[in-house]
Amino acid sequence: MKLTTLAVAAVMAASPVMADLVFPSLSYRTGPYAANGIPFADGYEDYFTLLNERDGGIGGVPIKVIECETGYNTEKGVECYEATKGEGALVYQPLSTGITYQLIPKVTADGIPMHTMGYGRTSAKNGETFSNVFNYPANYWDGASHAINHIMSLGDISGKKIALVYHNSAYGKEPIRTLEELSKKHGFELMLVPVDHPGQEQKSQWLQIRQQKPDNVIMYGWGVMNQVAIQEAANIRFPMENFIGIWWSGSENDVLPAGDRANGYKALTFHNLGDDYPLYDDLRKYVVDAGKAAGAGDQLGTALYNRGMYAAMLASEAAKTAQELSGDVNLTPAMMRDGMEALEMTEAKMAEIGLPGFGPEFKVSCQNHGGNGLGAVAQWDAAAKKWSLITGYEGSDQDVIQPLIDEDSAAFAAEAGIEAGCK
Amino acid sequence: MPEQFLFAMEVILNGLMAGVLYALVALGFVLIFKASGIFNYAQGVMALFAALTLVGIMDGQIPFSHIINAIFGTELHHFGWHVPALLAIILTAGVMVVFAWLVQRYIFRHLVNQEPIILFMATIGLAYFLEGVGDLMWGSDIKKLDVGLPQGINDWIDVTTFEAFGYGFFIDNLDISATIVAVFLVAALIMFSQYTKQGRALRAVADDHQAALSVGISLNFIWVLVWSIAGFVALVAGIMWGAKSGVQFSLSLIALKALPVLMLGGFTSIPGAIVGGLIIGVGEKLFEFLIGPMVGGATENWFAYVLALLFLVFRPQGLFGEKIIERV
Repeated sequence: MKLTTLAVAAVMAASPVMADLVFPSLSYRTGPYAANGIPFADGYEDYFTLLNERDGGIGGVPIKVIECETGYNTEKGVECYEATKGEGALVYQPLSTGITYQLIPKVTADGIPMHTMGYGRTSAKNGETFSNVFNYPANYWDGASHAINHIMSLGDISGKKIALVYHNSAYGKEPIRTLEELSKKHGFELMLVPVDHPGQEQKSQWLQIRQQKPDNVIMYGWGVMNQVAIQEAANIRFPMENFIGIWWSGSENDVLPAGDRANGYKALTFHNLGDDYPLYDDLRKYVVDAGKAAGAGDQLGTALYNRGMYAAMLASEAAKTAQELSGDVNLTPAMMRDGMEALEMTEAKMAEIGLPGFGPEFKVSCQNHGGNGLGAVAQWDAAAKKWSLITGYEGSDQDVIQPLIDEDSAAFAAEAGIEAGCK
Repeated sequence: MPEQFLFAMEVILNGLMAGVLYALVALGFVLIFKASGIFNYAQGVMALFAALTLVGIMDGQIPFSHIINAIFGTELHHFGWHVPALLAIILTAGVMVVFAWLVQRYIFRHLVNQEPIILFMATIGLAYFLEGVGDLMWGSDIKKLDVGLPQGINDWIDVTTFEAFGYGFFIDNLDISATIVAVFLVAALIMFSQYTKQGRALRAVADDHQAALSVGISLNFIWVLVWSIAGFVALVAGIMWGAKSGVQFSLSLIALKALPVLMLGGFTSIPGAIVGGLIIGVGEKLFEFLIGPMVGGATENWFAYVLALLFLVFRPQGLFGEKIIERV
């Protein structure tokens, strides 16, 4: 009898607590990329803590965040997924393109949605092929187009030479095809400059840039590669206003080591920066001052904290949508997926949350898991030590990007034996 | 002069400078391997730890503040003072001496006469432990390191070469500083080993442990000494690399740059580390410049190892390494 009781108790303890809404956080607080992983993870968790403390969760159901350390290592990321998916996980956000690629078939088979905001497999925007993967509000190819659009907004791009300094990995190579197409369309010369992991030494690359004198440099970097690139650009006196990074090359971590010399550096973003929003008052009151912050509470308003917080906000809004659609406050991963597919972010909704103008408006659908692809350009003010948006949220060149998405997703569907379509 | 030739000259000069930075990391490996036969996997992490400690001391950061705050509910982060760079370097060197003593006292003293692979595994454990301690002590945010070294293009070289060749060469002031520091460091190491009692004892231990013991040299002392010197070399490497990228945890990966240098120069030779560093630096930069564009670029990481392997085919002990002859 005792054994039976024990066995039942053990099974109950091992079972997911269905009353909670479970959001795993595949974070990296250790290793070479920890400085970037920590603020994102803090922002992600703090937003859910705020909802628990202020609102009692989402729709009255408490939120449970399960954090698992990946160390930005793909194998560990997959282990984290396997270890947490049985806990009732509603959505995964692995913050790594490498982990994303490994998880795409797994989440599809397990029926759990995955959100890869501004990273991962770009063609996952095609929801008819990638039923469980979402990459709203913008993707790598949108980013490449935003950068070119910004350069064009400052003058004629025809005949110019534009260098792409990129992390020599699947992530860094993502924009090449888009930029090649855009170079044909707009008549600029594309110069490719790969940097091997981790990017601690980039003398050759920046000598090449100094010798070949490109007019503009676009960077797709991550971690130490960003800091070294900005230092080296300053060393060769490359004009910072002509140097623009993707959103993963646009955190305070990337520019602070170069000091004043980083002044004027630009980076793309799909959300706003700083902490001048009503929501941050609540974050301080209910989370930081209450001693419930995930970290030291000193990252609020930084680019990566805001991104993590924004990711959590989009997840909670999708969960609310799922609750409305299903009429049930307790969600399954399938309901969450449907909620993500029906998500619509409007300015009115963001203002109500306490984040007016924080992100672009967009609408997700079965055909379009990537939103509208809107993005903005931010510029670093070294004296004030802050980023400021210098453009509004603007569109990307869908005439170039959409055919590439269709082509890549069709290739994936053929390879994986997927019958594309909306169910 | 043809433009491509001038570009190649600029690449070679920068390769030499990069080679000095690689050699600085490799030196630490050589010192420990020569004196104790230990391949110190933790050398890169030692550079990271030293740089973290230096910035922490300079900024008056309270070590382990996150743990203290979590336990006692306090809000302590900084002492409120700023320590001048030179004093902070001296204090950090002191920390590295204490670290050397702890490593010797609590790890390697218990592993005397163990197989080299056991000692190597111990240094792997030490590397991860030290990385964790560094994180707990100083946090994992990226820290700006400014000890007053000049950075950016050297205007004099730029102007002079422009006047001479019509093209101004780029040489980073930080690289020039690193070269000067490396020259002084190597000269100091040579003078120490040639003209001091401890230096001669160190050489004796490097030549033959048992013979050194038989004439009354304390192996424990020598190993603490050599780990301390390697700690100081790691501090210098940490300053130079940390000034380029900020002090962050990827700094430990600079050890990867030292491995081909060691393979080429030999594990037991200080001149080998320097010459090896220079050859690797120039070789990889020149290859990237000449061949890189034909093969898609990003050749430096793998080409350094190919170059080292080529040398190994002809001199398995490295350029300056000791030839090991085992008689049966």
